[in-house]
Amino acid sequence: MSWLEKLMPSQIRTDSTSKRKVPEGLWDKCPSCSAVLYGAELERNLQVCPKCDHHLRISARSRVRYFLDEDEQVEIGEELEPKDFLKFKDSKKYKDRLSAAVKSTGEKDALIVSHGKLKGMPVVVAAFEFSFMGGSMGSVVGERFLMGVKKSIAESVPFVCFSTSGGARMQEALMSLMQMAKTSAALTRLSEQRLPFISVLTDPTMGGVSASFAMLGDVHIAEPNALIGFAGPRVIQQTVRETLPEGFQRSEFLLEHGAIDMIVERKELRDRIHNLLHILTDRVV
Amino acid sequence: MVSDYLEFEQPIAELEAKINELRRVESDNEMQLGDEISKLEAKSRALTETIYKDLSAWQVAQIARHSRRPYTLDYVRKLFTDFEELHGDRAYSDDAAIICGIAKFEGRSVAIIGHQKGRNTKENLKRNFGMPRPEGYRKALRIMEMAEKFQMPIVTFIDTPGAYPGVGAEERGQAQAIAHNLYRMAELKTPIICNVIGEGGSGGALAIGVGDHLSMLSYSTYSVISPEGCASILWKNADKAEDAAETLGITSDRLFELNLVDEVIKEPISGAHRDLETTSENMRASLSENISRLTKMNVQDLLEARFERLTSYGIFKD
Repeated sequence: MSWLEKLMPSQIRTDSTSKRKVPEGLWDKCPSCSAVLYGAELERNLQVCPKCDHHLRISARSRVRYFLDEDEQVEIGEELEPKDFLKFKDSKKYKDRLSAAVKSTGEKDALIVSHGKLKGMPVVVAAFEFSFMGGSMGSVVGERFLMGVKKSIAESVPFVCFSTSGGARMQEALMSLMQMAKTSAALTRLSEQRLPFISVLTDPTMGGVSASFAMLGDVHIAEPNALIGFAGPRVIQQTVRETLPEGFQRSEFLLEHGAIDMIVERKELRDRIHNLLHILTDRVV
Repeated sequence: MVSDYLEFEQPIAELEAKINELRRVESDNEMQLGDEISKLEAKSRALTETIYKDLSAWQVAQIARHSRRPYTLDYVRKLFTDFEELHGDRAYSDDAAIICGIAKFEGRSVAIIGHQKGRNTKENLKRNFGMPRPEGYRKALRIMEMAEKFQMPIVTFIDTPGAYPGVGAEERGQAQAIAHNLYRMAELKTPIICNVIGEGGSGGALAIGVGDHLSMLSYSTYSVISPEGCASILWKNADKAEDAAETLGITSDRLFELNLVDEVIKEPISGAHRDLETTSENMRASLSENISRLTKMNVQDLLEARFERLTSYGIFKD
């Protein structure tokens, strides 16, 4: 089990052995209700279980593909690569963790940013890759986020970010903490230009990502039943030594406590975000 | 009596015990032991210097967390006059883990924000061991916004194990409270000077740590995660905290090298808790210089420089 899977509470871990008992792509098993699903059908349903509505975690590429119109997508900051400037080594070397992540995801880091169109409306979209070291935020994530915001400003278009992240990347130590300050600062400039920032919180959005840009949207949208919070449930459990309330740190809990504006199902995201942006940007200057 | 000496300081403690013993013998028996005592004192000083010259990151962490280490209120008493503490976030409650107030520094009005730990169990229950809840961060922001309104520089003192991981804290939006502070501190139209005086514990520290100048006392630490937390996640063994501390590079000298902090404020050898006077004089000199430098800047330039600084963080291949 990777360090990040260890970090996650057991109920949100995806069990890699049971998930792929059958040839990849043909049949899949819902991690929530265990229904056996035909891969193509699941894909048509945007990786949402047709039986129980569980929203499976998806790659950053799928996220962007589901969200943007097919044509005219330009990736931003793809040339950037992480650097092991601390020669960080725990039970494994950071360098080796990076190589493994690159190999398994095909991405160079945990965030991709793309300039494209949403139902014809130009937008910049950023999406996290959770399979890349738990979607953790290091220097490349911070810089790509900044480049995305700058592109939004240069093109005068809205910015949308889909978060799924365990938080700051420990292997970049304090530099990763400072990415929280960096990304938050970037958003002040977006606001000055009166350009909307829509933050979409997907399962899971925790730690340094939730405690920075992900909670700084003009509108906060969560997918159903996503784990969203600052401290992980296990840390809280160890601190308070009592059973956590039912549904604690889930989207519905956050909506009830006023932290997010709405819960939107994956298949509705395009329409709802388009509508929000249409209203927010259609003003008399 | 509880020993003030940390584990790695035991050789010093033994010498000091000997010196005290000699002094007692000297006064009890009216003997002349002055030479012997000064010899031992010199030896103790030399030993202290040797030990402190080569501290491990983990040892520094122990000093940063020392139960007698000066806290925010100690510096407030030493460095400021006319201090008025201000309470409450105006929405939910007053969080005693963060001290806020206004005061004078060398005749100039300033706002002060700082984490506050307790000295004993009772105080620590009140102060929650310096771990703020959302209302603490919201109180801090309220005072910072007031400072902007009245054009007062903001001085922050960072000393927390981290933001409190509790049920109520999550219910009331810990993540949002921290995020909102990062955002607002990036754009507040008044100088912000941040000083790590003890433990800089992750997001809970950064939430009052964004500004124009970031300093660290020499034996303070600043880290994305506690060495213990990092060890239990990455090494899967909390006993590896010492290794984690070293690898994370949490000390002022390493962070200065990485250009993550702007200044290291010198503490006397053997730590601030053994000489608050000297430490706070060094702190005063730094504050004095930075406040006068930053208040001279035009606000647009100040904000531009702050933005450039904040967005320059990061090391990657391009």
